[in-house]
Order: sequence, then C-alpha cells, then structure tokens
Amino acid sequence: MKTSKVITIAWNGLVKNKLRSLLTMLGVIIGVAAVIIMIAISAGAEATIEEEITSLGSNLIFVQASFTRGGPGAQPSSGGLVYDDAFAIADEVSGVAGVVVEQSSSETVKASNNSIDGVSVLGSTEDLPSVRDINIAQGRYFTQQEIDRTQKVVVLGASLAEELFGEAPPVGQIVTVGTTKFTVIGVFAEKGLVGDVDYDARVYMPITVVFQKFTPSQFARMVGDRVRLIYVEVAEDANQDDVILQIELLLAKRHDVSLDEPDFSITTQQDIITTQEATTEAFRNLLAWVAAVSLIVGGIGIMNIMMVSVTERTREIGIRQSIGASPNDIRMQFLTEALLLSLVGGLIGVFVGVGGSWLFNLTGGMRTVIVPSSILLAFGSSAAVGIFFGYYPANNAAQLDPIEALRHE
Amino acid sequence: MNKPHPIIQTHNITKVYGMGDAQVRALDGVDLSIGENEFVAIMGPSGSGKSTVMNILGCLDRPTAGQYFLAGEDVSQFDKTQLAIIRNERIGFVFQSFNLLARTTALENVLLPTLYNRGEEKENAEYHQKGIAVLESVGLGDRLHHQPHEMSGGQIQRVAIARALINDPVIILADEPTGNLDSKSGAEIMELLTELHAQGSTIVMVTHEDEIAEYAQRVIRFRDGVIETDKKNGHTLVQS
Ligand SMILES: Nc1ncnc2c1ncn2[C@@H]1O[C@H](COP(=O)(O)OP(=O)(O)O)[C@@H](O)[C@H]1O
Ligand SMILES: [Mg+2]
Repeated sequence: MKTSKVITIAWNGLVKNKLRSLLTMLGVIIGVAAVIIMIAISAGAEATIEEEITSLGSNLIFVQASFTRGGPGAQPSSGGLVYDDAFAIADEVSGVAGVVVEQSSSETVKASNNSIDGVSVLGSTEDLPSVRDINIAQGRYFTQQEIDRTQKVVVLGASLAEELFGEAPPVGQIVTVGTTKFTVIGVFAEKGLVGDVDYDARVYMPITVVFQKFTPSQFARMVGDRVRLIYVEVAEDANQDDVILQIELLLAKRHDVSLDEPDFSITTQQDIITTQEATTEAFRNLLAWVAAVSLIVGGIGIMNIMMVSVTERTREIGIRQSIGASPNDIRMQFLTEALLLSLVGGLIGVFVGVGGSWLFNLTGGMRTVIVPSSILLAFGSSAAVGIFFGYYPANNAAQLDPIEALRHE
Repeated sequence: MNKPHPIIQTHNITKVYGMGDAQVRALDGVDLSIGENEFVAIMGPSGSGKSTVMNILGCLDRPTAGQYFLAGEDVSQFDKTQLAIIRNERIGFVFQSFNLLARTTALENVLLPTLYNRGEEKENAEYHQKGIAVLESVGLGDRLHHQPHEMSGGQIQRVAIARALINDPVIILADEPTGNLDSKSGAEIMELLTELHAQGSTIVMVTHEDEIAEYAQRVIRFRDGVIETDKKNGHTLVQS
C-alpha cells in the first residue's frame, strides 16, 4: 500500500476520535515538554555557573582559614588567617598580581530617612575592584591610605544606594552603619548575583574599619586581625602551582604548622569550576532520567489507549478486513496511528516545552536556555516511543479473525 | 467453444468448529457450482450452515477440508494476505447488519475498498468519480456526504451494495441482506439486486423468506451442513 494511503487511513482514524487522540497524546506532550524544559533548566544552570566563574575574576586563588584542628566554631588560640598574612603573601610570594582580603559582618544601615536591617558589610582592601572585576559607577573606591588610617568611608552597591537614597546622588552623603557614621565616597556599577551573594546589596569599607568596629578580637593585639578569606590574583606569566606552593610554605611557616595539617586551605578557580561542573552534570543526568521516564510513561499511555482502541474498534477492523485489508494493512494502520499520535504529540510537546522554558525565564523563577538539539532529541525519541509502544497493539489488531471481528458489538 | 469456468466451484467442502466432544460439523461435504450471471438464493433453517458457506465463498474463512475454486483459481489454501487480496478484488460482500463505518460519509464508505487496492493504482479523482457514479446507480446520488446515522436502513444497505460494487467484483455475496429491513425497503433492495443481475452481475444471497427467494433464479436449501435441494425456477435440478 502507498504510504500516502496508509497515512490517510490512520489520520482519518485519529480525527474521528479527536478526544481520545488528544488524551493519548497528552503523555507524549508532557514527556517531550519535560525533556526540553529539563534540558533548558540544566543548560540555564550551567550558563549561570559559567558566568559566575568568569565574574569571579581570572586566575584567582582562594586562601581560606580552615578549622580542621579545632572543628568549626572552636576558636583556635593561634593560627587561622590573619590580616598580616595577606601582606606577607603580597611581599614574599613571587608571581602575585594582587591580594585582596575580605572580612564581613552584617549590620543595620541608616541614611537620612531610610533604615535597612541585616545589610552585608564587606571590609576589603585596595585591589578588590580589579581582582573581582567590579566597576565604580560614581565617585571612587577607597585608597590604601584610607585603609591604613581606618577612615570611615563606604562604597555602596548599586541597589543598596538606590534603596537608601532613591534618585538623589549618594556620593558625599552620610550613612550610619551599626552606630558609626560613614561618608559615602562611591557607588559600584551593577554586578548582580554571583552564587548566592548579591554584590549590589552590600556596603564596602576599608577592612581595618571592620576589624575595629564590627569584628574586634581579643587576639588581634597578639596575632593580628583574623580574616575569613584572602584572594590572590596570579600574574599572567606566573605558574599557578608554583604560586600555591610558595603560599603554602609561607603560611605554614608563619602559623607554625606542618603542611600535613594546615590551618588554612587553598582552592583555585579551576577547583571550583570542576566541582560545579560535577554538580551540574549530576543535575543534568537526573533531569535526563526524569525526562526519559516521563517519555516512557507517555509511551505506555499510547500503548494502553491503543489496546483499548483496538478492542473498541474490533468491528471496524472486521469491516476493513472484509473489504480487503490484509493483516499487514491493519498493522500498518494502527502503527501509523501510534506514530502520528506520538509525532503530533511530540510537535505540540515541543511548543509547550519551548514556551514553558521561555515562561520560566520570563517569570524569573528559573533561568533556562533552550538547547536546539534537545528539541530534536525529544521529538526523535517520541517517534521511537510511538513505534515501540504502538507495535504490540497494532500486531494484536492484525491478528484478529475477520468473522469474529465482524461479530463484535 | 470452450465451456467457461463456473465463477464458484466447490468440492466436498467441510467446516468443523471446535474440538473433541464439542465438535460441530457446520458444513459436511458441500459441492456447489455457480455459473456466471446466476442469481442464487441459499435457504435453510437456522444453524444449517448458510452463513458458514457464505463466509467461505466470501474468502472470510477457510474450509477445514475440500477445495474452493473462485473463477478457476483454487483459493482454499490461500493465506490471510492472499485471501484479503481476493476479497478486495473479486468479492463484493453485503451483510445483514450493513457494516458501514460509523461517522464516515456514504462516499467515503464506498471508496473504502479502493484504499486497499494493490497493483496499478488509479488517480484519487478517478476513484472519486467512480464512487459517485456507483452511488448514483444505487439511487443515492443525493446522499453522497451523508453519514450512516443520517440515513434509513434501506439507504444504508444500498451504500453497502455500492461499496461491494466499487472494485467490479466477479461475484456479489449477500448474507440476509434484507434481514434487518422492513418489507418495503427489503423489496427495494431486492429490486436493486435484480437490476444488477440484469446488468450481468453474479449474485449469491442467503435468505429465510420465501418472497425474497422469489427474486432469484435458483434456490439451494441447506440442512445440517449439507445441500438438501437445489432447484431452478421451481423445478428440481439436483436432489440429494
Ligand atoms: N465460530 C463458531 N464456533 C463454533 N460453532 C459455530 C461457529 N460459527 C457457526 N457455528 C455453528 O455452525 C453451525 C452453522 O452455523 P451458521 O453457518 O451460522 O448457520 P446459519 O447461518 O445457517 O444459521 C451452527 O450449528 C453454529 O452453531
Ligand atoms: Mg446465518
């Protein structure tokens, strides 16, 4: 039989049972849409991570205090990272382009008539804007001199500045952080979310001010001010492993610990990329399985309804056989019906999937990136599912005896 | 001049249903010969094997034993696909219960067999024209696009006859074609069959009504799976 005839017969069969056809397709529609949306979500997550990583700045080494010896929360009497370690790294390690120290706190920030609780206060050093790739939009960043003199100056994140001052220019205004008054000397350009940190909602000030006003320590006088994190930017022409080794040796000596049991840990940007890639891959695999399962469920739906359909249409099958349809003609009809159902369902699923991904993005719930190959994949597998799950019922239909089929009510 | 093959020729056909104790010999040695342009009525009590023999003649079923020649070709051992081709090309079957596809127009129903035509295929438009012509010839030129539920029983059966005619069969087989119709529609159907016979068709029809059998030239009576009498126009041809 000509393909066009087979398709005509199958298509008529479907159109005569619109509701049932639609219900049958539902499983495939959901399956295909799920595949596309899931892949779009994981692609969106990957893109976000990629952007985060680039926005962290390039060639970064992160030196963090680690509490492996005392456990988290237990304050070791000596050791951990201190402010002076940063200077030591800058002075004594070769191949370092910049060092930034961060110490953070959370305080209430007040402007003339606005008060915001729980604002993240970041104390940092001179190289922060260049190492972390943040631009100044208005005014300026603080200088080494202001850091050394613990000057009460702040730079505001973009959204925080707007919240505090609205349209009015913030530079030159006074804000109160905790109980201390500060002069606003600059505002950063928008940076957005990096990881779970909103760079635009923070207030930046000389790290020395944070030590003095917000995180005073009884040990500071003996060992120096404790810091959470030191960023080291490796110079373009330097070898990163070499720089890491130098930092390890230097800090081990300064903290008087052995390299087997350090009180600090060093990670590189590459380490972070690798971990995050592993996480997204696991995420992607999970989503792929969920999507595959939903497609299979869609296929089982097709099989289920095709079985019912064959029983319901036994008489029709008998009629067709009586006027000359061979077993193969009947098999082809039902197989083609299953295939058409899954293809049309697949097509609708593509629209739903693409539309759904787009909506997710639009409503801001989740970032999605539509991957063209996922559309092909989903559509292709829906066709395969249709043929696979359509075969059994189609074959049952083909085996019917004409006389018995005609007797069926 | 060579004697032409009869359209239907059977030798000692038997049909056994079931197995062991539950065995039913629905046909028990049927020899039948039907020539071109005959109009035959098959009669007999219920359960005598009329439908069984029609199903075998219509290639819907195979005999348990015996031979069946259709237009000279032994089809008794054909497989399902070969039988389907025979049904499509050579047989027009008319059922008591019409057996049209629901939610399908008269024209679509009539054209249904052409969807399964093998070999050289005609253009769709050609089939379409022929379908219309056949429906016109059964008096339904104004009902082409009506669906079964929009037509009377007599009209539906005429659509079924048109469907049986669409592929120019060598024989028309009708199993109680008037069984589900009132007497007026039944008479109309019989007039249509008579007209087709007059135009050259070979027709075999099952009925249990004497008035319906009147239309035929020859009446074969079945009893318990065998031919009891075979009479032409009232006088006996063969007696078993
Ligand atoms: N599929 C079947 N299975 C078992 N017995 C059958 C079957 N079809 C018909 N029979 C039996 O064969 C006999 C002849 O049936 P049938 O040809 O339908 O008779 P008629 O059409 O003359 O009333 C009956 O005894 C009937 O019960
Ligand atoms: Mg019967």
